Amino acid sequence: MKLRGLILVLFAAILCFAASPVIAGSIVIKGSTTVLPIAQKIAEIYMKQNRDVKITISGGGSGNGIKALIDGSTDIADSSRFIKSKEIKHAVENKIYPVPFAVAYDCIIPVVHPENNVYNITLEQLKAIFKGEIRNWKDLGGNAGPIVVISRDTSSGTYEVWAKKVMKKERVYPGALLQASNGAVAQAVSKNKYAIGYVGIGYVDKSLKTLTVNGIKGSVETTLNGTYPISRPLYMFTNGWPEGDTLDFINFVINPEKGQKYVGPAGFVPLY
Amino acid sequence: MEKKPQTGRLRQRRDKRISLVFFGVALVSIMALALIVIFLFKEGLPIFNKVSVHDFIFGHYWYPTDDPADFGIFPLIMASIAVTLVSSIISIPLGVMTAIYLAETASARMRELAKPVVELIAALPSVVIGFFGMVVIAPFLQETFGIPTGLNLFNASLMLAFMSIPTICSISEDAIYSVPVELKEASLALGATRWETIAFVTIPASLSGICTAIILGMSRAIGETMVVLMVAGGATLIPSSIFDPVRPLPASIAAEMGEAPFRGDHYSALFASGIILFLFTLIFNMVADHISHRFKQVGASTL
Repeated sequence: MKLRGLILVLFAAILCFAASPVIAGSIVIKGSTTVLPIAQKIAEIYMKQNRDVKITISGGGSGNGIKALIDGSTDIADSSRFIKSKEIKHAVENKIYPVPFAVAYDCIIPVVHPENNVYNITLEQLKAIFKGEIRNWKDLGGNAGPIVVISRDTSSGTYEVWAKKVMKKERVYPGALLQASNGAVAQAVSKNKYAIGYVGIGYVDKSLKTLTVNGIKGSVETTLNGTYPISRPLYMFTNGWPEGDTLDFINFVINPEKGQKYVGPAGFVPLY
Repeated sequence: MEKKPQTGRLRQRRDKRISLVFFGVALVSIMALALIVIFLFKEGLPIFNKVSVHDFIFGHYWYPTDDPADFGIFPLIMASIAVTLVSSIISIPLGVMTAIYLAETASARMRELAKPVVELIAALPSVVIGFFGMVVIAPFLQETFGIPTGLNLFNASLMLAFMSIPTICSISEDAIYSVPVELKEASLALGATRWETIAFVTIPASLSGICTAIILGMSRAIGETMVVLMVAGGATLIPSSIFDPVRPLPASIAAEMGEAPFRGDHYSALFASGIILFLFTLIFNMVADHISHRFKQVGASTL
């Protein structure tokens, strides 16, 4: 008898957990790996200040995050792009009403070796370099020498921005070198005077020289006023206007005194 | 009180129990291996619904995230083979010669000192070797040879050679050292010099061990991930010179797996690359096994 009671209680408990991830005191976040470091850092701080709230974060990509929001398996979907109309339709059919919150900006900057004497580059030139059409620095007004193109692995968020804003759906040529992280690109470019690569704004330091794109320097200001071409907003989506813990967390994230303070150190541009 | 001698039956039963325990333990590790292989094939095979095996293996373009995507791993396979070959060209002479020196001509004290040092290289984490290649060797190669990038096939091969030398050296040394002393004495008694004895008696007698060592060293090189990810450059081109940047299979898998959508095409394509890599190392190990059985030196009488 005792055993049966215990099993019943256990069973009920399991049912409780399985049925709704949206219990008070817990927030589930899924989606873009680009937004992941921001969400992780801020969630860490948030959980330190609100010990009764447990935040579970996982990556999987923007598409998967939004899918999870639509099927109700997450409270917040991280996304490095705006929701597509197909997804909105799908969501509304499932009685889900996605609400976007911009939480940060991504700003990708082309970088070269500090000894390189090229200062500005156009989007068209960048595209031609990464397509393998321009292969010598003298075609760009620099000293003669081969161009060593350094790109990112194709599944990274940084590559995604680059592919969309610079390559405009054309392919990076197979001769481009691949590095698996922003840090590795920075390392490789700083060691090679022929190299050109691209990194998130948080990874720019003295060992790299940044190029202006179409005459505009990539910075916090030009990203926020929308003039710098290789940038994009990053979002968190909720189902309807958020409530309870989720609302509290979103408020924390976009608060310039709280969450936004940690966006810069994570390698992104804060909202304000 | 004196212990009663156990009856034969009891001892037999205990014996059986113990051997059963050992059988169980062996079974666990074999099962784990089998499960991993099954998992590898289960996750990798679905890609062949999208691309044919021929297009996958001989396709020249690897654009897994494009729409439509291209899944051709031929440049990656060629890169793996090239890196392994060049690294063996460096590591085989170094490894085998070091082994001969240690087993035959080094003094006992030297041997005592040098062998652990060589084996210590094997203990260096591959990420450390990769970092060394990236920060020290790459700029050096670039300056010395005037090449566009130091992150290339040659650099990767050099670092991989570093990693396979301990394997090759240590296994060959054991093989050479265990050649029966009668053989060597017979050779010397017939008037052969020391060099002749090493070249025509000791080495032929230990050839199977040396071959096994070389193949195990090569299979270590082809499967190594971190080093090639860091220093091979990563271009998906079929190399035409040893200073071309390349992307071997393990580098591609390691760089992209983290963010490939779960059970998507890209994900299974990476697992399928894993299958190809697995087949390579499997073949290497089978060849090594075959050689070590086939040409085994048994006792002092046969050669």
